[in-house]
Amino acid sequence: MLFKEIIRMALSSLGAHKLRSFLTMAGITIGVFSVIGVMTAVSALRESIETGLSFLGASTVQFSKSSAIQRGGGDSAKYGKRKNITLSQAQRYVKLMEGVTDDISLKAFSQGSEAVYGGRKTTPDINYGGSNEHFLSSNQYAIDIGRNFTQADIELASPVVIIGQDIVSKLFPAESPLGKVIKVKAHAYTVIGTFVGRGTSFGQSEDAIAMVPITRFLNDNGAEGRSISIATGAPSQDTYMEIVDKGITAMRIARGLNANQENDFEVFSNDSLLDAFAKVADAVSSGAFVISAIALLAAGVGIMNIMLVSVTERTKEIGIRKSIGARKVNILSQFLIESVAISLAGGLAGILLGVLAGDGLAMLLKAQIIFPWGWSIAGLVVCTAIGVGFGFYPALKAAQLDPIEALRYE
Amino acid sequence: MSTLRTTRPIGPLVIDIDGVVKLYQMGTETIHALRGISLKIHRNEYLAIMGPSGSGKSTLMNMLGCLDTPTAGRYEFNGKNVAAMVDDELADIRNREIGFVFQTFNLLPRSDALRNVELPLIYAGIPSDQRRERAQQVLEEVGLGNRMHHKPNELSGGQRQRVAIARALVNKPSIILADEPTGNLDSQTGIEIMALFEELYKLGNTIIVVTHEEDIARHARRVVRLRDGLIESDGSVS
Ligand SMILES: Nc1ncnc2c1ncn2[C@@H]1O[C@H](COP(=O)(O)OP(=O)(O)OP(=O)(O)O)[C@@H](O)[C@H]1O
Ligand SMILES: [Mg+2]
Repeated sequence: MLFKEIIRMALSSLGAHKLRSFLTMAGITIGVFSVIGVMTAVSALRESIETGLSFLGASTVQFSKSSAIQRGGGDSAKYGKRKNITLSQAQRYVKLMEGVTDDISLKAFSQGSEAVYGGRKTTPDINYGGSNEHFLSSNQYAIDIGRNFTQADIELASPVVIIGQDIVSKLFPAESPLGKVIKVKAHAYTVIGTFVGRGTSFGQSEDAIAMVPITRFLNDNGAEGRSISIATGAPSQDTYMEIVDKGITAMRIARGLNANQENDFEVFSNDSLLDAFAKVADAVSSGAFVISAIALLAAGVGIMNIMLVSVTERTKEIGIRKSIGARKVNILSQFLIESVAISLAGGLAGILLGVLAGDGLAMLLKAQIIFPWGWSIAGLVVCTAIGVGFGFYPALKAAQLDPIEALRYE
Repeated sequence: MSTLRTTRPIGPLVIDIDGVVKLYQMGTETIHALRGISLKIHRNEYLAIMGPSGSGKSTLMNMLGCLDTPTAGRYEFNGKNVAAMVDDELADIRNREIGFVFQTFNLLPRSDALRNVELPLIYAGIPSDQRRERAQQVLEEVGLGNRMHHKPNELSGGQRQRVAIARALVNKPSIILADEPTGNLDSQTGIEIMALFEELYKLGNTIIVVTHEEDIARHARRVVRLRDGLIESDGSVS
């Protein structure tokens, strides 16, 4: 009952100084905004990566010359000096892994290609690559109609192609693509199958893809300057670590490394991709935490300052309230609620703006939008603590005023 | 005028002070505002405190109103020792037992008349519907039934003082203390306010008024005169 009244008093006195309350709030808003914005974006991206990242099968390890996520300029210099993984090295690897697993897909890609059939063509950004019959399993693709590559296709370097749904809809809007001959980069291929549609991931369609046998791909596009990636699938999660170890050993032999030479290839899996993302995310998040901690500290000092000014300005009011029977706790809670209200209002605005900005960014990156409940609740708790922490001294000062002195104050 | 006067029989002891001293320390100088005052005030008394400027009238009133505590001496309010009370106990006495009317009204400027009068009831923890009803009733009693939603700056001086008196009365205190309640008003308005006190007295309130105007003091049934922090005289008015 009395509490409700005190809240009403606090809010009405904040309303009497709208600009001042707003400016004090703004500091808190900035502090909360930066951390909530970043955490929303990071959580949204992480969520999308964890649910949507099917770049590799769950128990697949991939070796390639360079990392999928590049960090800083030093990395590209490091990868530049490495020799390409050649087809013969890759085939050596397959041979070395015989008896361990044969679920090994070799892959090479050429970005920015165009597929043509009759008078129709695709946009010039399809993913055109070469692989083998294991491409499906290790890359989470499935055949929709037609067939997969056979070992014979690879050995004979047959001019055949499996195409994704984007290409199907562009080139064959009304007819079956099977048996038709399309041209990719001026090379003719007979369509033997189509992939089941997968949709987009991070703004890129995974269905704008045309795969030919890797041998054919290298014949048509040249093996020079092309590095092959090798994806190895483990038969089960239990054998995954063993496959990774054996794969690295086989890879070192295939690459002709001495015992004292470092790996000249990158090892990555979905886990390592997530790790790499987590590192970037952690760096950005800690940056946001530092900024927001500084902003909140400054805002807290601002609240304390404005509350001290407010107590001084309202000395007479405090005297009047005390003279008609306000207890210390009444005055204390009135001022505390004012500072908590400023802080919470600022925090709510910061959460709202932060979620909007973070989800806006997530939408730009085609990630799923989320509402960061945990961070928002934590934000409100922190704001309440700031309001209480920095408002306590001014409120105590008000509560301890001598009624006569306060009444005499002009 | 005196023919209209009715002096009500006095009731039990409300205020009992004995040898009260109040010192103010101003740097190295000690100011003796009260040098040893003893006074007994009963329920249903109407008492005026007079004296020249600086004689200690306000100091004594603040003490009686539990806004201030004596440096030395004994103060019993309704039989309870005030000198030994902590701040919150004093706050409760001010809230429930004492209605204080100030020379400068001391209303909250941003709140309307009704809200100002409600304030003591809020601190007394009265539920809001009862509070509103009681505040409206008292405002009507002081003749401001049609000014409840005016803010202090929308009221005349006399109306402001009526709001302040309503606020003093709202919690049905044992005693009403007024320190120069007409000091900031013109003489006509002052007379109206004193008429209101007369009425309140007849309704059974106990009233102590500080004034340095003989005209005002004549309304009271008993006059205490101070000089230099001591009681110079104490007697009933005929
Ligand atoms: N807070 C204070 N600090 C120092 N001296 C004070 C204080 N309050 C009162 N005094 C001194 O105490 C004495 C009594 O003051 P008080 O206000 O009680 O006089 P008063 O009788 O009410 O006078 P007036 O008629 O002018 O209102 C004065 O000498 C005054 O200067
Ligand atoms: Mg005075």
